[in-house]
Amino acid sequence: MVREVDILKILNEVNDPEIPVLTVLDLGVIQQIYLQEQYWIIELTPTYSGCPAMQQIEVDILAKLTEKGITNAKVKHVLSPAWTTDWISVEGRQKLRLYGIAPPVNEPNKSVLFSDPPKVACPKCNSHDTKMVSLFGSTACKAHYQCNTCKEPFDYFKCLK
Amino acid sequence: MMEQSALFEYVLRMSDDSLILAQRLGEWCGHGPILEEDIALTNISLDLIGQAISLYDLAADLEGKGRNHDQLAYMRYEQEYKNVLLVEQPNGDFAMTMLRQFFFDAFRLPLYEALMQSPVEQLAAIAAKSVKETRYHLKHSSEWVIRMGDGTDESHKRAQDAIDHLWRYTHELFYVDAIDHALLADGKIPNMETIQAKWMTTVTSILQEATLEIPKNNWKFEGGREGRHSEHMGYLLADLQYMQRAYPNMEW
Ligand SMILES: [Zn+2]
Repeated sequence: MVREVDILKILNEVNDPEIPVLTVLDLGVIQQIYLQEQYWIIELTPTYSGCPAMQQIEVDILAKLTEKGITNAKVKHVLSPAWTTDWISVEGRQKLRLYGIAPPVNEPNKSVLFSDPPKVACPKCNSHDTKMVSLFGSTACKAHYQCNTCKEPFDYFKCLK
Repeated sequence: MMEQSALFEYVLRMSDDSLILAQRLGEWCGHGPILEEDIALTNISLDLIGQAISLYDLAADLEGKGRNHDQLAYMRYEQEYKNVLLVEQPNGDFAMTMLRQFFFDAFRLPLYEALMQSPVEQLAAIAAKSVKETRYHLKHSSEWVIRMGDGTDESHKRAQDAIDHLWRYTHELFYVDAIDHALLADGKIPNMETIQAKWMTTVTSILQEATLEIPKNNWKFEGGREGRHSEHMGYLLADLQYMQRAYPNMEW
């Protein structure tokens, strides 16, 4: 008898195709898991509306479940509630840092217009003397930063609330 | 039934705005003035395509004729697209592209914020999702407007030229007709006058900071919402639709 916890365990082996150190659970894109009319329904929510990784994640989830003998699963895409970087796990944030990506910084009530870029610590040397190079990095979810201390460029996972 | 078709039309207009602007931004791919901007413009394009897919999916459901988002995006004729003329205008130089983006973002942000309260559940969900992305778009475009306006003589001139050219297309963002009146009366959508007031506040404050001016000339161009487009639209669609027209129903 397959239980929800078994599904969760398997999902913890499915990685994000763009940031492979994160599992889909670390990323917080799995909303709910439930049994409906003989099928396990995995609710998946996108990080960004146009994130091209979502289709690959669906394929990877179903492939991994099949590999473990669970063939009665379906992925359901849901938009609400909208994903936020708050859902990235504590462990996920640590993994991001070790991978060289600065995790999201909490920016409460930040205004859209006339606000300064967030203060982000360098994931390589931990210096807080960094600067934003571009609000849009290699993917929609990241900004491009550079460290003034060790001079390394790095990605910053933008706060999305 | 009447309301269902009004809602279909309303959502279709939003989808088309997103898709056509995304197509324009995509034309910058490999041509950006600097690498960072090449990446930024295409990232914003991708967000808009993602939003368009969600909106077309909703439109297709509302229409109930079994069309999917690809058919709505790629298999209609020019007169069936209901986007505003602003988004189909050519990229021009970087200033033209950024001002077009700024005028649009400053409109989309308050619209999405208001639509989050819509009783149409899926529309509210799309708005709640998209509003987060749109904040970054507006931040990006408004900062470029300030940087160019309050920059060199050359960048200031180009930014002001772009405003002088595009201003005539901005009024159509707030176009309303019987479709909007019906949906507003039912509390399904926000009042466009409120959105326009918020747009004006954003535009005024950013242009002031950028030392740029709102044109005195009050020419107004419209027609997009009724499917009457500028001469640029056909060329854009030829590019956009090529694959689906040449190889119908292809996927990859
Ligand atoms: Zn450093």
